Amino acid sequence: MRVSELAGERGDARLFERLDMALAPGTVTWLRGRNGRGKTSLLRLLAGLSTPAAGDIHIEGRTLREGGPAWRRQLVFIGHHNALKDDLSAKEALSFLTRLHGGQANDDEIVQAMQRLGIAQRQHAMVRTLSQGQRRRVALARLVLSATSPLWLLDEPFDALDSDGIVALNGVITEHAQRGGCVLLTSHQALSLVDPEPQTFDLEPYACEARA
Amino acid sequence: MTDSTEEASSTGLFWCVLQRDLKLASRRRIDALLPLAFFMVALSLFPLGVGPEPQTLREIAPGTVWVCALLASMLSVSQLFAGDHADGSLEQMLLAPSSAVAVAAAKSAAHWLVSGLPLIVATPVAGLMFGMSGAGLGTLVLALLLGTPILSLLGALGAALTLGLRSGGMLLILIVLPLATPALIFGAGAVAMVESGQSAQGHFSLLGALLIATTIGAPWATAAALRISTE
Repeated sequence: MRVSELAGERGDARLFERLDMALAPGTVTWLRGRNGRGKTSLLRLLAGLSTPAAGDIHIEGRTLREGGPAWRRQLVFIGHHNALKDDLSAKEALSFLTRLHGGQANDDEIVQAMQRLGIAQRQHAMVRTLSQGQRRRVALARLVLSATSPLWLLDEPFDALDSDGIVALNGVITEHAQRGGCVLLTSHQALSLVDPEPQTFDLEPYACEARA
Repeated sequence: MTDSTEEASSTGLFWCVLQRDLKLASRRRIDALLPLAFFMVALSLFPLGVGPEPQTLREIAPGTVWVCALLASMLSVSQLFAGDHADGSLEQMLLAPSSAVAVAAAKSAAHWLVSGLPLIVATPVAGLMFGMSGAGLGTLVLALLLGTPILSLLGALGAALTLGLRSGGMLLILIVLPLATPALIFGAGAVAMVESGQSAQGHFSLLGALLIATTIGAPWATAAALRISTE
């Protein structure tokens, strides 16, 4: 994945410009920048949820514009919101998200994925009865089922997770990198991931001062 | 990727979203029944307001039922995407590999099954309240069967266009009502034709044509509006 001369906007304000970035297989990149610098905006641009003000995004030689469905099959985006419905059970919600993205996970695989994030004992609980951390774990369990998508874009994945949860997520990310996958994530806390050593990408040099 | 597998995954996406919405509606039955309650309460106000004269009630019945169905659809459709937008589900649906058109079509279909179909089932009761004839009532039910899916499809488009706006609900009604007037005119007109002893076939043909045109056009426009609204 390669990004060149990218510029992003939120509302009328330009957040960053002339941004160049390359993500190699098997790497984990920690996207840094102060609040409001456009970390989430950049992730949404890369996911194809918004269009760049300037510049190109390439993934395996295709640009985002011509990519379409093939592009979306390559990536997993987990944002601030967990995308879980209050009135579904944790297992139903996870199963829906997997099927939505064309996954064919059966019940056992879904329970195993939840096991991996340490949330399997709450699989029949309604999402509205889960705590923030438990919801985050359910949303992240989707990663275990998304091994075939090489690019993971994670917005504050460690938010609300306790130390066990962080260890579990680190394990899932390590496994993905070893498969040759590629992870771009934001985090306010320092990363505790050791394998692979996360690369740091700082947004500050590309920042534009907000215009009135 | 070939066209046929693309088509298969679009169908998969359609059923996936439709099943989820129906499941969610079945777990929130009270919410799902509110449009029906509104429809019945609004209809029962007319005999009280207009007076109990049987001839007058019979004459205004088709138009009244249609207008109430239209308003009930619009009130329930305004929240069609709001919940999914707030909790991030909509973003994930737009990231699905197949086209967002399937998502738009599935949400419209779910809205019709949950909010449109119950209105049609309740229409015979409303017809009795207004003293409609058997033939007129049958025509009205058939016209609603063709017309209410149009309302759900157009309503979904309006909901997508007004997503995230503060006064979205009112704006939605202002956008969709003009688009829905042809369905209202031909739907109510069909009953008037039958009541006056003529054939309603022309009106039904036009309603059918409207339904086909909206089914083809509206989901595409809704999908495009959703992409713009979530940007």
